[in-house]
Amino acid sequence: MSVHDLSHGLASVSLALADDPGGLGATHATQAEGIAGLGWLMIALPLAGAALLLLGGRMTNSWGPALATLLSWASFAVGVAVIVQLTGLPAEERALTVPLWDWVSVGDLSLTAGLLLDPLSLAFVMLITFVGSLIHVYSLGYMEHDPDKRRFFAYLNLFVAAMLILVLADSYLLLFVGWEGVGLASYLLIGFWNWNPEYAAAANKAFVVNRVGDVGLITAMAIMLATFGALDFATVHGNAGGAGDLTLTLIGLALLLGACGKSAQFPLQSWLGDAMAGPTPVSALIHAATMVTAGVYLIARSQAIYDLTPDARLVVAIVGALTLLYGAIVGCAKDDIKKALAASTMSQIGYMMLAVGLGPVGYLYAIFHLVTHGFFKANMFLGAGSVMHAMDNRVDMRRFGALRTDIKITFVTFAAGWLAIIGFPFTAGWFSKDYIIETAFTMEGWQGWVFGGVALLGAGITAFYMSRLFFMTFFGTARWHDDAHPHESPLVMTVPMMVLALGSLVLGAVLYPTGIITGWLEPVFGHAEHGEPLIPVLAIQISAFVLMVVGAGLAWMMYARRDVPETAPEASLVTVAARRDLFQDDVNDAIFTGPTMALARTAVDADATLVEGGVTGGTTGGLNAVSGMLRRAQNGFVRSYALTMLLGVVAILGAVWVMQ
Amino acid sequence: MGGSMFVAPEINYVALLPMIIVFVGGLVGVTVEGFASRRTRYAVQVPLSVATLVLALVALILLGQDNQGLTAADTVALDGVALTLQGLVLVLSILGLLAMSERFGGDQPDAFTQSGVSTPGSAEETLATKVGATTTEIYPLTLMSVGGMMLFVAANDLLLLFVALEILSLPLYVLSGLARRRRLLSQEASLKYFLLGSFSSAFYLFGAVLLYGYAGSMRFADIAAAITSGVGMDGLLVPGVLLVAVGLLFKVGAVPFHAWTPDVYQGAPTPVTGFMAACTKVAAFGAMLRVLYVAVEGARLEWQPVIAVVAALSMVVGALLSIVQTDVKRILAYSSIAHAGFILTGVVALDVAGVSSTMFYLATYGFMTIPAFAIVALVRSAGTEATLVDQWAGLGRRSPWIAACFTFLLMALAGIPLTSGFTGKFAVFSAAVSQGWAWLAVIGVLASAVTAYIYFTLVVQMWLGDEAGDTVVVRPSWMTSVAILVGVAMTLALGIMPSPVLDLAQSTAAFLR
Repeated sequence: MSVHDLSHGLASVSLALADDPGGLGATHATQAEGIAGLGWLMIALPLAGAALLLLGGRMTNSWGPALATLLSWASFAVGVAVIVQLTGLPAEERALTVPLWDWVSVGDLSLTAGLLLDPLSLAFVMLITFVGSLIHVYSLGYMEHDPDKRRFFAYLNLFVAAMLILVLADSYLLLFVGWEGVGLASYLLIGFWNWNPEYAAAANKAFVVNRVGDVGLITAMAIMLATFGALDFATVHGNAGGAGDLTLTLIGLALLLGACGKSAQFPLQSWLGDAMAGPTPVSALIHAATMVTAGVYLIARSQAIYDLTPDARLVVAIVGALTLLYGAIVGCAKDDIKKALAASTMSQIGYMMLAVGLGPVGYLYAIFHLVTHGFFKANMFLGAGSVMHAMDNRVDMRRFGALRTDIKITFVTFAAGWLAIIGFPFTAGWFSKDYIIETAFTMEGWQGWVFGGVALLGAGITAFYMSRLFFMTFFGTARWHDDAHPHESPLVMTVPMMVLALGSLVLGAVLYPTGIITGWLEPVFGHAEHGEPLIPVLAIQISAFVLMVVGAGLAWMMYARRDVPETAPEASLVTVAARRDLFQDDVNDAIFTGPTMALARTAVDADATLVEGGVTGGTTGGLNAVSGMLRRAQNGFVRSYALTMLLGVVAILGAVWVMQ
Repeated sequence: MGGSMFVAPEINYVALLPMIIVFVGGLVGVTVEGFASRRTRYAVQVPLSVATLVLALVALILLGQDNQGLTAADTVALDGVALTLQGLVLVLSILGLLAMSERFGGDQPDAFTQSGVSTPGSAEETLATKVGATTTEIYPLTLMSVGGMMLFVAANDLLLLFVALEILSLPLYVLSGLARRRRLLSQEASLKYFLLGSFSSAFYLFGAVLLYGYAGSMRFADIAAAITSGVGMDGLLVPGVLLVAVGLLFKVGAVPFHAWTPDVYQGAPTPVTGFMAACTKVAAFGAMLRVLYVAVEGARLEWQPVIAVVAALSMVVGALLSIVQTDVKRILAYSSIAHAGFILTGVVALDVAGVSSTMFYLATYGFMTIPAFAIVALVRSAGTEATLVDQWAGLGRRSPWIAACFTFLLMALAGIPLTSGFTGKFAVFSAAVSQGWAWLAVIGVLASAVTAYIYFTLVVQMWLGDEAGDTVVVRPSWMTSVAILVGVAMTLALGIMPSPVLDLAQSTAAFLR
């Protein structure tokens, strides 16, 4: 294989770069052999699927979706094989590089495109390909009657490939390729039904807000290039210690801006709710389980930088804490089932962001929560899709209710997700979230009290709004539209939900108490001792449990026992604010959109009057006049043409004669 | 010199084989015209001529490298420049020939008349149509012209250069007059081309004679030696150089010797225009490079400013006149004048980068021009080509692929990044700037901006204009499709990864003297 030959040639380069001591204090990457050497297949398979389905056109209509699903599973299989190979290695050697080709060589920068297979990237690979493949399967049912089904699966495959590039890249530059790739796939899928102008606008909104974040990531790369002269993880992280404090802080903040855009964190959170315009499997895969966690991945991957810049790290934690409350508050007021789930996604990612902002002890729990969240949130989104399927694509929870008997499987699987997210003891979410809360309380001084308090409070609110969603949908009285005839979804949709439901319940117990996740990620994050919380662990656990019970109980009283009005009632200012996403769009409109549009209008006016009328108008008018005059020489007569030539010769000879 | 006995010069026939193949192929083609029946001629001529060109290309690739050197009494120089440009001419002429052979399902090349000799609209013409006469003579004519072009870029002697010039030109004069539709326009174009071509040849010959008077030889090496040693007849040298240059500048259509270009490009059968624009430019610039760089490099102070002014004029006039055109073929004609100016900017540089950037630009221009004219031939209205810009309105909606290809080619002509047009312009301009011709590059960039206007007007018409009545895009056969796709693919490839071809041009940019 040529790729292989090439990779041998380049191995020495990447080894030299990876050889740098310090920073991670972790594993030295060696070049992959065996199955891991074929790690690029994980990306190539779904990418080939996307290309085939997009270029193959109608020919692939009949078998394309099935093929796309199959390729996604194949990617998962390769991932599993790589993990098996990795577990055979000693812990400190579990980082393999797969150099692909010599990519950029401009000036002093020479960069090899390559993959990094380490426990962190492979944890993501598992999440992406497993949940992604389940959602492919689910979509076979959900999108069955859509005329553009093939295109949908092509985009799904494209997304999986791009997301895998993102997490498997061994440099910020290649990560950025995946970063933009998932952005593109997200844009295409949010606007999948773009005949609806609102959906198309939602896609644009997501795209534009993400560009703001991208500026951050690009700035970070520019600073890295200026400081380290390289963009690969090994060099940048290895040499991070040699950079100045200010530089590191700037890199950290710029990376955070990028992460905020992709992960819908404050202040770039506004696109996520609108992104629910996409088909529900997309919301489950991209806007809940995987893509939106890319920001957390970015910060976790850049830990060598954040370890050295406590200021930037503190900002990360603050952003996380803010967003987790923000999302939770918005979630309390949403009547659209998907938007409520989107708000909760934002809030849960806030938890992860908070955790990575807490320092070395937090990384592990952030990734742990990310994985469990991927399961239970995807589960609930698929459940929401199933509910919509049953209710003629309606999303207003005020017109749901009492669905638990008509769509039993959906109800049961959704219940598993609900238990996990509210942190019911021993479910997946309980493990991962409680550890984040406890870690937050281990911070010193005010940070421990603030972050711990916010995390604890957030857990209570989460229990309230998720229970509200759950009870409004499945309990209480039926407030359906007259033509509603709820029916359970086909097995192709419910089986993935069952699998994810099982994960929501047991994944935490499987991964944590057994030490699997800790042992797996330790080579990447290093071993960090859990500090002593400000208040005893048991007290934290009990208060979290109490808050959960209070939140859920409150929701039960308000939305299951009492009648829910079919239209949203008049409410207090706070509720109105929450319904309007705490005025995020109004603020953006006032600060950014409005002035930008005014500037654009001014520019257009100036262009029309000043530039077009004056500067270019004069120029083009002048040019046209000259052109018209010259044109007269082109009169079609050979004699004139010959005369032109003769005059030309005479002029040339005359000029030379004069010069001499 | 001076010996009374005639000594037959050594001729390295192996080195000349590619040219010999092409000429023999042309002669065989003439024989086919005589013996094959009307029905079978097309079926014989197309594979014959394509095979000839491919064979010549193979011979060139296999033998060229190892047979470099001067031969035939030093009148032919087969060096890196000659071989590269010969190869380029061959590749482009294969594409051009494929586009010429388009039949749209009929039984003869669609662009060419049944009977070139008949008066348009006469009874003979009707009769010729009725009996199914064909003009498959275009194939031997094209091969002869290609042979002339290959010799043109290798000629190392003013007399041989003239012979090659006529070999390549005469078939082109005939080909220009063979259009099937608008025959009067086509014949007028042919006659104009012939008359003005003869006129310019006269200048060339006069210049050659003056140089012979100056150096006592027609060989480039002897002329160069005479200039270096200084024979003291400078009154002959400078006019000689400039008049020879006029003959070559006419062929590339540089201002003020450009007046034929729009009329001929418009009147000639469209695929011929594409072939002419691409291949003649390669050949003429190749010859110009050799004359200027090898023969008269020593007199550069005299001719360099003249060429620079001609380059500037070509860019400015070509750009300015293009913006008032309403006919797509004329737009492309004026664009070719402007491009001649851009290429001259590279020629003026007078160093290795000048040669390599000129060669690179010739490749980019050839690969964008042939498909552009091939697409023009597809856009039809009431049976004839719809060449008015207005008729192209709304093409994007009806034939998105063709419109997209044409849009891409227009972007390339305008020099937008990611197309070969950008890399080519970048190469010639940077060559010129490095040799102190920055003002020329500035004019070039400004002229590019002006030409971009008309290209974008066309793009806007195609994509945003209201659909024009009865314009249709004829479905091309595989031959035109190949010509278009290869051209577009090369335009893209040279735009995003120019280094292999740039490296080739740089490694072959040295002349043998």
